[in-house]
Amino acid sequence: MTTLLIIEQVLNGLQFGVMLFLMAAGLTLIFGVMGLINLAHGSLYMVGAFAAAWVAGATGSFLLALGAALAAAAVAGVLVEMLVIRRLYRAAHLDQVLATFALILIFSEGTRWVFGSFPLFLDIPDALSGPVSLPGGIQYPLYRLTLIGIGLVVALFLWWLTARTRIGIQIRAGENDREMIAALGVDISKLYTLVFALGAALAGLAGALVGAIQSVQVGMGEPVLILAFVVIVIGGIGSIRGAFIGAILVGLTDTLGGIFLPELFKLFMEPGAATQTGSALASMSVYILMSAVLIWRPTGLFGARA
Amino acid sequence: MKSLLMATAAATLLASAAMAEVKVGMITTLSGGGAGLGIDVRDGFMLAVKQSGRDDIEVVIEDDQRKPDIAVQLADKMIQSEKVDVLTGIIWSNLAMAVVPSVTAQGKFYLSPNAGPSALAGKGCHPNYFNVAWQNDNLHEAAGAYANTADFGKSFILAPNYPAGKDALTGYKRFFEGDISGEIYTQLGQTDYAAEIAQIRASDADSVFFFLPGGMGISFLKQYADSGVDLPVVGPAFSFDQGILQAVGDAALGVVNTSQWNKDIDNATNAAFVASFEAEYGRLPSLYASQGFDTANLLISAIGAADISDADAFREALRAANFDSTRGAFAFGPNHHPVQTIYAREVVKEGDVFTNKLLGTALENHSDAYAADCKM
Amino acid sequence: MIAERWLNMGVLLAFLAIPLWALAVDEPFTITLATRAAILALAAVGLNIALGIGGLVSLGHAAFFGLGGYAMGILGFHAQSFTALELGPLTIEGTKSMPVIWAVAVVVSALAAWVIGLLSLRTTGVYFIMITLAFGQMFFYFAISWGAYGGEDGLSIYVRNGFPGLNTLVPIQFFGLVFGILCLALALQARLRLSPFGLALNAARQSPARVEAIGLNPMRLKLVAFVLSGAITGLAGALFADLNRFVSPTMFSWQLSGELIILIIIGGVGRLMGPVIGAALFVALEHWLGGLTDFWHVWLGVVLLGIVLFARGGVVGLLTGKAGPHV
Repeated sequence: MTTLLIIEQVLNGLQFGVMLFLMAAGLTLIFGVMGLINLAHGSLYMVGAFAAAWVAGATGSFLLALGAALAAAAVAGVLVEMLVIRRLYRAAHLDQVLATFALILIFSEGTRWVFGSFPLFLDIPDALSGPVSLPGGIQYPLYRLTLIGIGLVVALFLWWLTARTRIGIQIRAGENDREMIAALGVDISKLYTLVFALGAALAGLAGALVGAIQSVQVGMGEPVLILAFVVIVIGGIGSIRGAFIGAILVGLTDTLGGIFLPELFKLFMEPGAATQTGSALASMSVYILMSAVLIWRPTGLFGARA
Repeated sequence: MKSLLMATAAATLLASAAMAEVKVGMITTLSGGGAGLGIDVRDGFMLAVKQSGRDDIEVVIEDDQRKPDIAVQLADKMIQSEKVDVLTGIIWSNLAMAVVPSVTAQGKFYLSPNAGPSALAGKGCHPNYFNVAWQNDNLHEAAGAYANTADFGKSFILAPNYPAGKDALTGYKRFFEGDISGEIYTQLGQTDYAAEIAQIRASDADSVFFFLPGGMGISFLKQYADSGVDLPVVGPAFSFDQGILQAVGDAALGVVNTSQWNKDIDNATNAAFVASFEAEYGRLPSLYASQGFDTANLLISAIGAADISDADAFREALRAANFDSTRGAFAFGPNHHPVQTIYAREVVKEGDVFTNKLLGTALENHSDAYAADCKM
Repeated sequence: MIAERWLNMGVLLAFLAIPLWALAVDEPFTITLATRAAILALAAVGLNIALGIGGLVSLGHAAFFGLGGYAMGILGFHAQSFTALELGPLTIEGTKSMPVIWAVAVVVSALAAWVIGLLSLRTTGVYFIMITLAFGQMFFYFAISWGAYGGEDGLSIYVRNGFPGLNTLVPIQFFGLVFGILCLALALQARLRLSPFGLALNAARQSPARVEAIGLNPMRLKLVAFVLSGAITGLAGALFADLNRFVSPTMFSWQLSGELIILIIIGGVGRLMGPVIGAALFVALEHWLGGLTDFWHVWLGVVLLGIVLFARGGVVGLLTGKAGPHV
């Protein structure tokens, strides 16, 4: 295995990681500020992808499609927050789990109702298609490089938003003591709706960006949702920085594990069995990583509260 | 316990269901991500029933949600409560493995419109089990045979890490005479193939064989097309069926895939099927739809030839396969799996619609590798 | 409003009456459905010991359900193929006897629960939910790639295993067996709640620090509850496998863990009969709605949403007018 191949695989892991971050950031914000376990976050990802595919099909413009994804997911998020979630802030965690599970059912089959049972088409814009040559002679798809770039920009934006703006101060204060900031005159319910819309929009953006290189289909959100939960738990719930580092860790583990574990087993097993054992272990690697982190640090890498 | 009853169109309200002489239970996937396949099988099947004009066939349709335990319970329900004579409809191998042995053990007939796991073709074969589609390995074997004619020397092969994936790679290797330059088992349900594509790029392969059904195949083809790797690709039809192709788009153009059916196979039955399916449902049929259509026509031919209450005679009537298949010639081998020709086809664009065009024959009158193990 | 005790008895009676009615009018499939509901209820009763009394929200109970299922699948597979199971130096013969299979299922899942509990109980809250999910997923992926026992295709056992003195192939007899076990588990849970252990466990959920202050080890209390919980769910898994005469990795899936939690929430968290009502309602909804439209999941979602928004404390809470314990 050459160095070039290893670098290319690391890039792939990074790209997967930053896309997970887009999902995980919203999830961790919503959990940190509102204490809500939002299982329907994957559905917002799907809504973004379907909105993008539909608009791209109608207009042919990828930029419009991205805009539509952001808007559709944000609107869906606001509706969900105002119609359902708002009634559940005082309820037990488990009621929220059931409610957001019910939302998954409604979103998934509702989408199939509207768009049919077959996957939709969404393609990379021409300007970003095809590979480019990186220093050292690596051929790497331009679109994936763009994804890494967008992910990093969003991460910077979120850091700026939470650390440098008035809204960010309110969000952080809301994580610590929601009664207190309500007493200080912050409209807490407006803040919640805003945070929910922001998280939903990020999920929708991720859905549209990833949808262009994957399959836009019903149920596409659930596998990502589980991984996003893994990410925020590794990083420590409520921490944007934790979500970023967790996402990169998970992305790299998943990508590199799938490549290197079978090679590793080939050192002492016959190739066929090594490939199968290695692949089996690779599919478990992310979960092994998470349990190892939690056994070592029960509140994740950057988690504050128990 | 109300079930979705779809009496045939010819069965008018007056001719009540009590008149039905043959009751068919269809268990298939109608909800969730895999629903497209089940819907195609159902629509193809019901089209044939409708065209037969018979009012003595009643079809009970239920959704298995792609869950094996639900499928098993539906089979129990259809046998215990609905008292069906024949079962059909299952799409996925793991669901078929859960349902078929218990159905045949209870003396009912099962006609498979899609799945053909090797266990049911060899030692686990049964006189009451008929597969109208293919044995699982067939299309992969044909891909291997095509690779020989295309002069591929070294193939990079990949499939998901589950039994059907292993069968796929085994099937390809059984017929491919060149070398294997790399072999990868991906995760089931995986959506990102960047890492695998990088492996392909770094290898010395001159061709790629992949078996990634459904959404997995869409993801792989789109990412492969964008990666700049331009090795020729070959695969079974499951990633190139009519339902999926529109979602893959240009990325699939020119790719060769293997199938026992295509819409331009030249026979009268097929031409009529394609035209009437499009007229009825407003979309082109897929291979799954053709399999559902053939399954129904096989059943109808047997009903015409024998009384279902005489199981031995009915079995003989099924075995004779005396019906006009959309595939042209159709016959059962000794293990009740098809002996049929498998074609190579190429993805083309007709107007705005992506579809497949026949290239040639990959394997002629092909049976399967397990028939010899079947003792019945 | 109904007193919870009367409600509980009514539910059990109805649960028994429906299959008997189905037997009388020759609707064998209704008996199969009732058996399915009873087995899911048993699995949820197991989870309810950890979740309802101990406050341990486990999203990994499918691991125990699946282990129980595979205990049945592997033993039954070796019995039907007349091969012995080689485990290093040990040679184990397969078996078709339910009591033996149940014992194996209970022991294996209790052991797994002990290991998982030991590692997971270091965490709390959402972290606990997620670490249990992680262990469940490890079992899931392992089962998928474990070719020796069918991998994703699963294992078919052609004939239901036997129980001395009964013909388990007759639906009503198998239902009777399952219902008996469910009642035993409910009795165990009812006694447990009022036992010194149960009271201490309840206290450990509300305030671990105070429990520690009076000299009890909250960690150990929770671990015992978790092991007990896993063992019961494992037993349910073995029964579920026998109901379907089939096991597959879907028994390990996180969706199944989620479904068990949802059964409890529908019925009412921490209620004795919560899991039973939840399971019965869920199975009934699945089958009625499934017949109405292709898109029945939407309506299932709407019904569940209605329960959360308008029936706090689940169905039991709605009927008795009392809120359940806060978890």
